[in-house]
Amino acid sequence: MSKNSKPLRLRAQRFKGYLPLYLMMLPAFVYLLINNYWPMSGLVLAFKKYTVQGGIWGSQWVGLRNFQFLFRNNETAVMVRNTLCYNLAFMVINVIVGVFLAILITEIGNKTLRKLAQSSVLLPFVVSIIIVSYMVRAFLDADTGLLNSLIVAWGGKKTSWYDTPGPWPFILTLVNTWKGAGYGCILYISTIMGIDPSLYEVAHLSGASKLQSIRYVTLPYLKPTIITMVLLNMGRIFNSDFGLFFQVPQNSGMIMDVTQTIDTFVYRGLIVQPNIGMTAAASFLQSCIGFALVLAFNAITRKVSRDDALF
Amino acid sequence: MVKSKQDKRFELFASIVMILVMAVIIFPFVLLFVSSITDENTLLINGYSIFPKKLSLDAYKYIWNSGSVIMRAYATTVCITLVGTICHVAIVALVAYPLSLRNLPGKRVFNFLILFTILFHGGLVPTYMIYTTVLHIKDTYLALLVPNLLFSSFNAIIVRTYLRTNVPSELYESAKIDGASEFRIFREIVLPLGKPIFVTIAVFAGLNYWNDWTNGLYYISDSSKYSIQQLLNVMVKNIQYLTQYGRAPANGAIPSIGLRMAIAFIAMLPILIMYPFLTKYFEKGITLGSVKG
Repeated sequence: MSKNSKPLRLRAQRFKGYLPLYLMMLPAFVYLLINNYWPMSGLVLAFKKYTVQGGIWGSQWVGLRNFQFLFRNNETAVMVRNTLCYNLAFMVINVIVGVFLAILITEIGNKTLRKLAQSSVLLPFVVSIIIVSYMVRAFLDADTGLLNSLIVAWGGKKTSWYDTPGPWPFILTLVNTWKGAGYGCILYISTIMGIDPSLYEVAHLSGASKLQSIRYVTLPYLKPTIITMVLLNMGRIFNSDFGLFFQVPQNSGMIMDVTQTIDTFVYRGLIVQPNIGMTAAASFLQSCIGFALVLAFNAITRKVSRDDALF
Repeated sequence: MVKSKQDKRFELFASIVMILVMAVIIFPFVLLFVSSITDENTLLINGYSIFPKKLSLDAYKYIWNSGSVIMRAYATTVCITLVGTICHVAIVALVAYPLSLRNLPGKRVFNFLILFTILFHGGLVPTYMIYTTVLHIKDTYLALLVPNLLFSSFNAIIVRTYLRTNVPSELYESAKIDGASEFRIFREIVLPLGKPIFVTIAVFAGLNYWNDWTNGLYYISDSSKYSIQQLLNVMVKNIQYLTQYGRAPANGAIPSIGLRMAIAFIAMLPILIMYPFLTKYFEKGITLGSVKG
């Protein structure tokens, strides 16, 4: 008896010492329980026929019916195509533009201009997407937009941009680049700043031109950062930027074919025209495929560079 | 290093291209502001322009004199941002400090529980259902404050790593020998030494609260509880209604273009004013976000 009670008491004392620390962590874990873990249990909705009376847990099980509806729906292929293609395009363009701008910014000789350029590229990042949609409207409005004014001034005809699907892949990519390229650019700048200047001197002394030293010194140094960014983004390829696809096209039905993504579909199916079963199924697949992809790409990241992996 | 002629040419090229890029970045901001001070008739006839024929401050006068809805939404955003940011930083700091200690029992489990929320998310449907049908936060201020914004697992990991690498554990040990309680150690060692990282996450949390419109979209339909971003969102919706049905929706008048642009401008004004002072924190946060521990 006495043999056992001693370590027990010790353990109790030890726990008492840590109690304040556990108390400190309590708010965060209560929050995660409410905001993250509890909703995870609601994923069962994908296999149920939701009714208001039944709620999440009381509604009737329907097996895979919701998924059958989802896969028979014509919109499904379109929104998956849009989500994947836009994300791939954004990823490639943001890397190219980000690296290009980062190299230019670090090459600027005038320190004031360099600082100004560096803070300018990040400025669109801090603006809400709603305000961005107001700015876009100022360009694209059919009657008063700047673009149509220019077209008319050049002798062309006004176009109703919000009803014309054709240019939207280009418009959305442009807006995304304007708003998002600065983020990666800042990362690349900080990587370039970390390169040992003597490397450039060696390149210079051995007769390398400016472009050659970028090609053989800067780019190889940026490679790990670029790979990490790409891998992290690949893990999120089924998640679209809801704000960009919902706010910027201003919910216009005529262009839905090129603006609908999984996230706008889920929002519309949850709140605008409720179809809870099918929406829950789409949301369920998005979460699960996303999870699998994050794990897979994290495993790849670990192989490429251990330090940049998420875990 | 001596700069060659070629280097100088490249520097000049870089400067010129970046000046053009900066113009492209700034132009939409200028267009937004100028249209907010353009006379409404001029705008309707000539369209948006950087050099309008006639200027007018009517939109701002209207906001100042009779924009009680706008002012209310603005005050809501300011309050939610202040309260939310303080709570966010407090919750993150309080969980990050214990996790940064080497010998906390159960640390692996806690770390996993935090990391898992970054990897896997229930998605919008169940989250919406829990918040509306179980917790009933619809049309309360809690709806603007709590969902997704009050805590960030990502920030917790960043702060934990910062504290682990920047605060020497001898400090904690000697404070303990002096008889300091954990809460006192938190207040007198962790808070001051972690200040740079706390300010950084505060800047990001504040930006997220200020710019958030999704919580309002999902959970708020009572117009007296609109945030400024949601007010902007609702105005767009009313215009869509107008173009679709040829009349204004029953519950909302359509403000003029100038007024809409003026509201958008004052909605981003505080961020624009603070931006030059906060740039370094944004940059720091972005580079920190890419190197986790």
